[in-house]
Amino acid sequence: MSPSNNQAESFKALVNGLRDAIREPEQFTLSYAAESSAFVRFNHAKVRQAGQVQQASIGFKLINEGRHADLDITLSGDAQVDLQRLAEGLQQLRETLPLLPKDPYLLLNFNGWQSKNVQDHPLPDTEQVVAEITRAAEGLDLVGFYAAGPISRGFASSAGAFGWHQANSFNFDFSLFHENGQAVKASYAGHDWSSDGFAKRFQQAREQLEFLGRPLRTLAPGQYRAYLAPAALEEIMGMLSWGGFSAQSIASKSSPLQKLYAGDQAFSPLVSLDEKVSGSLSPAFSGEGYPRSDLKLITEGQAGDQLVSSRSAAEYGRTANGAGGGESPGALNMAAGTLPNAQILKQLGTGLYISNLWYLNYSDQPGARMTGMTRFATFWVENGEIQAPVSTMRFDDSAYSLLGSQLEALTQERELLLSASTYSQRATDSALLPGALISRLTLTL
Amino acid sequence: MFDFHPQLKQRFAALRTGAEFFSLRYVRESGQYLSVRKNVAEPPSLSRDEGAMLTVRVNGVEAYAATNDLSQQGLQAALERAERQARHLKPHALLDLREQAVSSDRADYFSPNLDQPFPSLSDCYQLLGAESAAVPKDDRLVNWQVSLGITHVEQIYLNSAGAELRQAQRFVYPGLDVTAYDGNDSQTRSLGRENFGQQGGADVISRCGLVGAGPQVADQALQLLLAPNTPQGPRDLLLMPDQMMLQIHESIGHPLELDRILGDERNYAGTSFVKAQDFGHLQYGSKLLNVTFDPDIPEQLASYGHDDDGTAASKQFLIKEGLLLRPLGGALSQFRAEMDGVANSRACGWNRPPIDRMANLNIEPGDQPLAQLIGNIEHGILMSTNRSWSIDDARNKFQFGCEWGQLIENGELKGVVKNPNYRAISAHFWKSLSAVGDASTFKVLGTPNCGKGEPNQVIRVGHASPACVFSHVDVFGGDA
Repeated sequence: MSPSNNQAESFKALVNGLRDAIREPEQFTLSYAAESSAFVRFNHAKVRQAGQVQQASIGFKLINEGRHADLDITLSGDAQVDLQRLAEGLQQLRETLPLLPKDPYLLLNFNGWQSKNVQDHPLPDTEQVVAEITRAAEGLDLVGFYAAGPISRGFASSAGAFGWHQANSFNFDFSLFHENGQAVKASYAGHDWSSDGFAKRFQQAREQLEFLGRPLRTLAPGQYRAYLAPAALEEIMGMLSWGGFSAQSIASKSSPLQKLYAGDQAFSPLVSLDEKVSGSLSPAFSGEGYPRSDLKLITEGQAGDQLVSSRSAAEYGRTANGAGGGESPGALNMAAGTLPNAQILKQLGTGLYISNLWYLNYSDQPGARMTGMTRFATFWVENGEIQAPVSTMRFDDSAYSLLGSQLEALTQERELLLSASTYSQRATDSALLPGALISRLTLTL
Repeated sequence: MFDFHPQLKQRFAALRTGAEFFSLRYVRESGQYLSVRKNVAEPPSLSRDEGAMLTVRVNGVEAYAATNDLSQQGLQAALERAERQARHLKPHALLDLREQAVSSDRADYFSPNLDQPFPSLSDCYQLLGAESAAVPKDDRLVNWQVSLGITHVEQIYLNSAGAELRQAQRFVYPGLDVTAYDGNDSQTRSLGRENFGQQGGADVISRCGLVGAGPQVADQALQLLLAPNTPQGPRDLLLMPDQMMLQIHESIGHPLELDRILGDERNYAGTSFVKAQDFGHLQYGSKLLNVTFDPDIPEQLASYGHDDDGTAASKQFLIKEGLLLRPLGGALSQFRAEMDGVANSRACGWNRPPIDRMANLNIEPGDQPLAQLIGNIEHGILMSTNRSWSIDDARNKFQFGCEWGQLIENGELKGVVKNPNYRAISAHFWKSLSAVGDASTFKVLGTPNCGKGEPNQVIRVGHASPACVFSHVDVFGGDA
């Protein structure tokens, strides 16, 4: 039996155990998350730190006559121990519920939906990957991180819903440093490690590194034409996703896009943005038990759907659409434009080619005005030709300017960016984004 | 407390390995997060987490394996996975740790007031509900939330050199925020939350000032809504402790982390404008700047007896009279860099390896009460409570924003201003430190949310600081 089947069966055993243990009118939802991960850090093209992490947990919600509480429990992997932990958890929640008032915003999904997605493409041996990476990086200053292994997510409810998602994946996120301290960032990620695919990706990064050896250009604060590569645009979209499309944030006036949703501001008609769960790498269901819908968040610059959790649905009289408690998108898909990649430098003319942005935050959140830094390969371009790398600069601009009045074009080609985040667990988020040509970017420091 | 210790010791003693050194770090954590939003109790979020990390050293190469399976077989299997990995990676390893010393210490550490029971769940909800209900009725107050997070952590560290270190700690995070909206702009004022956390019991809630704070926090949100934007231009900047903690964290703490200086974090958290050769030579700030790594303030978030590699922690000056002396580097980084550091090798849980982290990083008090700090400013601004932070990957060019601003003219506090932001460069900013508040302005603060590392880790850090004045800083407001 494959590890995936093992985990699915273990989860089903817990679900069955819980079905037997609950008493009318109790109800439950049970989510599951597990992963077995190889983690390898590199510094100076050598292995700095390596390890393996095996973890599994459940999120258990017990509901009884309008009262509910949530308990996350780490599992041991031993069936008897885990059933015992679940029983202790049930007891803890049963003792907790009578202490709580009824929740007016509790909204349960009584639909017994079923969902299954298993992708168990074999992953390469970690030692083989490490050997390929160190061989490719010989003579270079490579620093980076390789994370790989199976990820499982599950959901079940007393109403009969059952979802299972399992995928093997790897993500090698790395930088190549020039001896002058400048660096280029790249990643090679997916389900199917190909030695040729990796070599090609590595060679692209290596070629960019050569431009970084040119004398550094220092820019004065001011306004510049700029091209934001997809990875740079992802940072901006990531900031806007931080409450931007959340039904609760919009209603409680803490969304950075509240003026967009109020109709007081708009983006360029070139901007159309979806949350496209179908075909993405993330589970088709949320941790609170709703199938996740594809949503049109922005259509031709105008506000569209919001991300609505069950709680927001109850509080604001909306329909839940599978958003998790944080109401953040996890599978962004931005419409392509018409600018071919081969024309980017020519169309930019004179200005900045920005590969990555870093550490964004708000200068004025209600106005969606944000600040952040350039990082990794940022170049000064004159008459369509790369002239020099640029020293780190700070920008401070409104998203309504960058993606609105000052947005000239989006690229025809888009890049699929897979999240390398490993806070608590390996992320399954992704973003399919074009690059953006901006006629005026304000640099302040 | 430490219920699992006898079994764990037995299982550790029965482990078999060919490694020259191995260790086990067991962590059990339980959590409770409660909140009341707009007078509605949200469902409690509870957690129970338990697991162990085994680390081996084979021919000078270290590797780890973390497991949720704490049975004898589970621990043995993890140990073997780590050992196998260490052997396979030998040809590619960056470090040879054969000569690195290991801990053989034995000690216990406890949070203050750990023996005193925490208020019951009902009592906590009652407190949160009362504070939420105390927020005045005003159509412009569109959102408010009162919250309380409590985390218990037990950690047991055992190694093959005989170390046996136990820690039992309780962390408490009270919080309150109120958002006001006028149909165009919105302003949020908060107390606690990400800016305040301490070790202890119910005493932490008192020290945060949560009880009775609802009306005042709401009133300040409304004041901000009516206030003009912060004017642009250079001013003397008086930072209160709840902004100083962010300032210390980002532009002293991170750049002094030795693993960043050694290049480990260049792909993620970044590098540092500080070089290894700067220690003992670089004038980091003005003569008034005294920065300490201080694990000895019992209630501070990152006070502990030993770090997660088993190194004993003690108070050390990192910067004295402005001169840079010592980095934030644990035993491994010290061995690599051949420099003295501090006991700051820390992991966020059983499933992540220890790396160099801030712990308690503090600015020592000076000699001026708040009235004197204000009285000596001709053209300035007071800023309080961080709300926005952004800094470059070398931790040099920064822009920070606060919730609350108040102009200072001719030694007197004047009107409230909204969207107070400032920007500067770390390498110059601390040299503009012109006055340091005395002990009456000193606050012990901390945050649970410091992110770093690959794999990523978010960890609790403590920052204590007096109010401080910086000369001639570029300040500005927002657009609305």
